[in-house]
Amino acid sequence: MDTRVSKKKLGLKDRYTAMTRGLHWDTTYQPMDKVFPYDTYEGIKIHDWDKWEDPFRLTMEAYWKYQGEKEKKLYAVIDAFAQNNGQLGISDARYVNALKLFIQGVTPLEYYAHRGFAHVGRQFTGAGARVAAQMQSVDELRHYQTETHAISHYNKYFNGMHHTSHWFDRVWYLSVPKSFFEDAYSSGPFEFLTAVSFSFEYVLTNLLFVPFMSGAAHNGDMSTVTFGFSAQSDESRHMTLGIECIKFMLEQDPDNLPIIQRWMDKWFWRGYRLLTLVAMMQDYMLPKRVMSWKEAWEMYAEGSGGALFKDLARYGIREPKGWKDACEGKDHISHQAWNTFYNYNAAAPFHTWVPDDEELAWLTEKYPETFDSLYRPRLQYLREQQAIGKRFYNNTLPMLCTTCQIPMCFTEPGDATKIAYRETEHLGDKYHFCSDHCKDIFAHEPEKYVQSWLPVHQIYQGNCFKPGTDPSQAGFDPLAAVMDYYEVKVGEDNFDFEGSQDQKNFNEWRGDDGLGEDE
Amino acid sequence: MSTVALGNYEFAPKDVRQNFPAPLLYIGWEDHLLFCAPVCLPLPGETPFGALTGEVLPGVYGAHPDFARIDWSQVLWFKSGQPWQPDSTKSLQENGIGHKDVIRFRTPGLTGIGGSLS
Amino acid sequence: MSNVFIAFQSNEDSRPIIEAILADNPHAVSVHSPGLIKIDAPDELCIKRATIEEIIGRRYDLQEIHVSLVTLSGYIDEDDDQFTLSWKH
Repeated sequence: MDTRVSKKKLGLKDRYTAMTRGLHWDTTYQPMDKVFPYDTYEGIKIHDWDKWEDPFRLTMEAYWKYQGEKEKKLYAVIDAFAQNNGQLGISDARYVNALKLFIQGVTPLEYYAHRGFAHVGRQFTGAGARVAAQMQSVDELRHYQTETHAISHYNKYFNGMHHTSHWFDRVWYLSVPKSFFEDAYSSGPFEFLTAVSFSFEYVLTNLLFVPFMSGAAHNGDMSTVTFGFSAQSDESRHMTLGIECIKFMLEQDPDNLPIIQRWMDKWFWRGYRLLTLVAMMQDYMLPKRVMSWKEAWEMYAEGSGGALFKDLARYGIREPKGWKDACEGKDHISHQAWNTFYNYNAAAPFHTWVPDDEELAWLTEKYPETFDSLYRPRLQYLREQQAIGKRFYNNTLPMLCTTCQIPMCFTEPGDATKIAYRETEHLGDKYHFCSDHCKDIFAHEPEKYVQSWLPVHQIYQGNCFKPGTDPSQAGFDPLAAVMDYYEVKVGEDNFDFEGSQDQKNFNEWRGDDGLGEDE
Repeated sequence: MSTVALGNYEFAPKDVRQNFPAPLLYIGWEDHLLFCAPVCLPLPGETPFGALTGEVLPGVYGAHPDFARIDWSQVLWFKSGQPWQPDSTKSLQENGIGHKDVIRFRTPGLTGIGGSLS
Repeated sequence: MSNVFIAFQSNEDSRPIIEAILADNPHAVSVHSPGLIKIDAPDELCIKRATIEEIIGRRYDLQEIHVSLVTLSGYIDEDDDQFTLSWKH
């Protein structure tokens, strides 16, 4: 090789410092706290922003260059998948319902994250934190775009994916992710980073990504797998931002500790409750199963999380208050959630079904202490009812938890036969919760959660009908009116997988014998 | 405890009584987890309690095989988790039920699908 | 003592990176799963630009690893010549 004649240039650390600190200035025409009004109101004390260690150092030039290359490769895979009719290579059409759940409930959160990081990327006085947040904002918009692009191919062939932005703001179960993120991005910048960067993208991230991506890999969906790998590399930068922010705050002032601990308690629990949807997906919606929710929880939460909180103990941080109850729930929440969507499938734009015998056997194996006594009998009963033409649909709206907004399907820690009820009074009104932890979250910030837009309550208030709807008319069908407001195609997007268009179409395309099959 | 905020953080609660056509009541049937969660219904305060059990609950729970076997004279009632004796001749309101109250009932001897409490 | 790890998509771009890591980090262990190669190492893992350049025979910008990177665990210390993961903060 020729001897390189290298031009003198700045090293990586210096280039990055020049871009961030070097382009920063403290304002003098206006006072700093007027230009950055959100930086101190949460009570977090920062004495020296110079102590912020950049979690990664991508200059804008490097960022565009390498993200651009990733995009080209990813879109090439998506295009190849489309050209090769990759949708015919999936295990079976029930798998697509996992993608419906993803595009309906997860993808919109990428867009909210984009907005949230854009906001905090303006509000921190520390330049390093601002730049990292701004880059993450671009990453999150990228995720929204690439997920939409990848799953749009399936939208050509299957129902339940065509109207997700409209559904996100209206459909009952989507208020769960929506309210989670609105709680986060209406908080201050330090809480936002604790909620999203740390609690969700560091502590809990593997519990979102691994189930969906390994589920995709095992069910023949290489397009989604490739998206997943491509996004995870962005996530590795996000994770490092999360842990850096926590350590920075803890090291700046001991007074920050109780605030951070409280945020960790709140956001661990809120994140855990949000992951209920993933638990259900993992145990019930993957025809070729990978690992159970319980196994994933043991590996990624109890394993990695345990080590993390040991590491943070030297700052005085303890494990989140809800940790033990979350661990206890690993045997139950997937079954409770599936039952909820089975009950209310008339109102949800994806399909549910009773697992077949092989799948029930897998569930027995993965949940040896609980499945056969608590959950198998009702699933078998539901199957019998369906076989005689009486597929069970719950026709009465459920009670929801005010904080997490999930139907009150969760049971007492230690007794999975008893629904857990908690209540409190605030300014003369009663409020209800699924757990001690959702109740505590309310108790600390009631002014936030009295604003909860609870879908069931909004329906009863008459806010979920299209303009011009007259409920006093004879023969008024409130469920039909709500579905009209949702713009869900009744008989196409909803109801059981058996007999659905998705099932019929897929059997035809694959040339399978069109009779209902057991796989 | 108050929400930490920039400026005044006070908003009208979304679920006060006047926003609904009737008070909300939450009802749960213990030991019958086939129904994934307790239900929520707007019921006028003048509704006789007997109409709740005679006309409303069959529509809610009638699909369950245990429902037809309920002996309403043996049913145990709870309000906010505490034992409670409703008077079926009186209205919900006269029985002390208000907006966003929660009641549960247990039907002794009826233990769900195959005794699994579903 | 805790492991750090780094994972790459299994493709032609990551092949020389993996080779370089395993050559420079004798205690590192690699595991293949569908589409993915994960490398675990006790305490610390270092990727050196010079080693990769030796393998591929051209100049290499260490930040090119971002194109094939999937995920990692540990604190990053990087400059133009090396990218190190460790638990030192």
